Amino acid sequence: MIWKARLSYYKRQVYFNVNSQGANKASWYLILPSALLAASCLLPLAYLGLRAMQADPVVWQILWRPKSLEALWHSLLLTATVTFSSVIVGLTLAWISVRTNIAGRKAWSIILALPLVFPSFVGAYTFIAAFGSHGMIANLLGIEKMPSVYGFWGAFMVLSLFSYPYVFLTVRAALSKMDPNIEEAARTMGKSQGAIFKDIILPQLNPSIQSGALLVALYTLSDFGAVSMLQFDTLTRMIYVQYESSFNRTGAAFLALSLVAITIIILLLNRALRSDRVVKSSASGKIRPPRMLKLGRWKIPALLLCIAILSLGLILPVSVIVYWMLEGINNGEFLYGGFGIITNSVLASILAAIATIAFVIPSSRLQTKYPGKLANFTENAAYLSSALPGIVIALSLVFFSIHALPGFLYQSLAVLVFAYMIHFVPHAMGCLRSSFENIDPNFECAARNLGAKESQVVKSITLPLLKPGVITGAALVFLTCMKELPATLLLAPTGFDTLATRIWSATEEGFFARAATPALCLVLVSGLSIWIILSQEDELLS
Amino acid sequence: MKKVITLLLGLIMAGSLWAESLTIYSGRNENLIGPLVEKFKSESGIDVHIRYGKTAQMAATILEEGKKSPADVFLAQDAGALGAVSKAGLLQALPEKILAKVATRFKAKNNNWVGISGRAFVVVYNTDKVKPEDLPKTIEGFTAPEFKNRMGWAPGNGSFQAFVTAYRKVHGDAAAESWLKGIDANATKQYPKNTPILAATGKAEIDLGFANHYYLYRFKAEQGEDFPVAIYLIPEGEIGPLVNTAGASILKTARNKAAAEKFINYLLSEDAQKYFAESTYEYALAFPELSDSRLPTLDSIRTPDLDLSDIDDLEGTLILLQKAGIL
Repeated sequence: MIWKARLSYYKRQVYFNVNSQGANKASWYLILPSALLAASCLLPLAYLGLRAMQADPVVWQILWRPKSLEALWHSLLLTATVTFSSVIVGLTLAWISVRTNIAGRKAWSIILALPLVFPSFVGAYTFIAAFGSHGMIANLLGIEKMPSVYGFWGAFMVLSLFSYPYVFLTVRAALSKMDPNIEEAARTMGKSQGAIFKDIILPQLNPSIQSGALLVALYTLSDFGAVSMLQFDTLTRMIYVQYESSFNRTGAAFLALSLVAITIIILLLNRALRSDRVVKSSASGKIRPPRMLKLGRWKIPALLLCIAILSLGLILPVSVIVYWMLEGINNGEFLYGGFGIITNSVLASILAAIATIAFVIPSSRLQTKYPGKLANFTENAAYLSSALPGIVIALSLVFFSIHALPGFLYQSLAVLVFAYMIHFVPHAMGCLRSSFENIDPNFECAARNLGAKESQVVKSITLPLLKPGVITGAALVFLTCMKELPATLLLAPTGFDTLATRIWSATEEGFFARAATPALCLVLVSGLSIWIILSQEDELLS
Repeated sequence: MKKVITLLLGLIMAGSLWAESLTIYSGRNENLIGPLVEKFKSESGIDVHIRYGKTAQMAATILEEGKKSPADVFLAQDAGALGAVSKAGLLQALPEKILAKVATRFKAKNNNWVGISGRAFVVVYNTDKVKPEDLPKTIEGFTAPEFKNRMGWAPGNGSFQAFVTAYRKVHGDAAAESWLKGIDANATKQYPKNTPILAATGKAEIDLGFANHYYLYRFKAEQGEDFPVAIYLIPEGEIGPLVNTAGASILKTARNKAAAEKFINYLLSEDAQKYFAESTYEYALAFPELSDSRLPTLDSIRTPDLDLSDIDDLEGTLILLQKAGIL
């Protein structure tokens, strides 16, 4: 196989280059922010350790019983299945919307990311309202008995539907900037489309699939909204019950630490699956647009798939929200305005996205360029507390910020943004890592050899190549912050309402009509931002 | 330079003295209490800062904050949360003047909190599916096999756990456990909280459920009077409907005690009590006669013979629920 030999020769060359670079020492402006970020992300763990040490024997009674083991099993089962289905759906849809001639390709490639905007409790609510017995679908079709939406299948469906966009977005970015030269070469050597996908494209997509899948797994582990609505007992739900009914912070701490243990297993698995070396772009400057695959007889099935996912993940929840609104208007409910608080949501989320990116860039640069103990530590630290439910992160920061910071910082926007950052660092880190991995160090070397100063190299070579990763990462952080609830409730400045807190406070007491306006605002604002962000990313690449 | 600083400091201090301010942590939902707070603000001229959240999480926050808590007042949805904060020694005794407004069964023995509004934990049933005369006379009757696959409950919810705690106090842990197991054996559906139980009962997903009385009237207000659900008050047995309270307390570290007392006084005023009765369909504890006329009168509800302060052992109830394999 000549082409395979070439590929491995090519890989080896890159490998050699990367290693020869590692000899340099990382400078302080990479190390300092990376270390700060790592230390910040370890704060929730320190808090949990502190609380767990105060445990009294009754805690063991709670922890060692069949129900806890069942919850552990449920968490593992749900995480594995949701991650798997999200990868399948996300990868397929990204492939269809970037590399085929499907009708309305451009629009699909943006619309299919939109289910990400729904907080999972809203997703679960709408799912129950639609598919529950005597729900909207049952009434529409006149069916008396519907299969139950509660339990594993409901939680699995809802979480998959609303978190596959993590994979979709990361893979989409990787696909659109993938160098078509290698697959063209394989094609000229007579490889079939299937073989090209398996041997050339999939390995190149691997880092982005991995980072998307990791986000889905962490999100599923930490989710409370969907599992509580759909009555599926996971570790996270048990943690909330501990806080809810006994104000038992030590029992909750132990359960949370077991979530951390699962995170470690997932991270190890993720490392093992991460391919040893990555194929780098050989293209200088602009990448040629890749060849579009003609769908042929697959045209209709592909279109149907997109439409099905769109209906379940976007049209359905939006229609349920509109239905709430109309129902409320019918009964003379006063519709709460959600407009004034849009700025609060957007401000906090944008600040969080900027702060996160600012710290993650040096950190992932350190990880990719200077692999070693320090780099490993900073990466692991960033992920360890990311599967913790929001309430744990929030309480740990309540604890630290009131006892360690000057009074005026407590319940300030700064602390809220900080909480968002340490909670959602992985959202940006995966994207930026794979972006850095895809930058051919030869470019930077060449520039240096031609006498460019380091700052010039960074400015004119590294940053432009990094831009798509930065955009995707910032977008993921932004969108996730827009729907964050527990940390916002406890840490935001007093009176600082966001769209998510408004939706929560209305649905919590059954005022669905009042939840409608802020929910629609959330969908519109987040949807619009996805639209702008992705169009910009596409422009960058074309 | 020194003069300028002194002047500035003086100005800041004068400013803070002039604008009386009050910080409230509210486990009570904004939709339920927001309008009252606005009214208090404009009537009293006090600058109110209010943080909303879930009652338990607000309590956990106060416990983490300890003596540094910025809160003056803690409003909670249930007596249990107030009990937990009180046990940690973070609340102060309320003045007699405030406590005197409410009947003994709706306030803390140690005077650390006072009930504001009450809700009865009752049985709700779908009127198309169930005739009230077919329902059992005691709470134990619901463990009968005829109720298999027909009921819903929210064992993770505070109101339910308060009810179980009362049951434990009256009949002991063993009896409570066997009642719980009996209900669970009827394949009773678990819901995360009260509202989905009401919704499910309305849709006849279940025939009946255990929930707080006021959700029914709120559903009727939003979905129309023909919402097919009604309330059943268990007539016999020692454990009938439990009336739990949303209550108010002042933190030991409160910086604005006078304003805090003013606020709690306002919540117990005729105006505010009328608001609770009319907009949230709860029992007005300081003026029971103001409660919605569709409700059974407060006096007619037989509550278990115990003090609400005694049912803050939710932790014991949690362990029991977990031992019974329900949570």
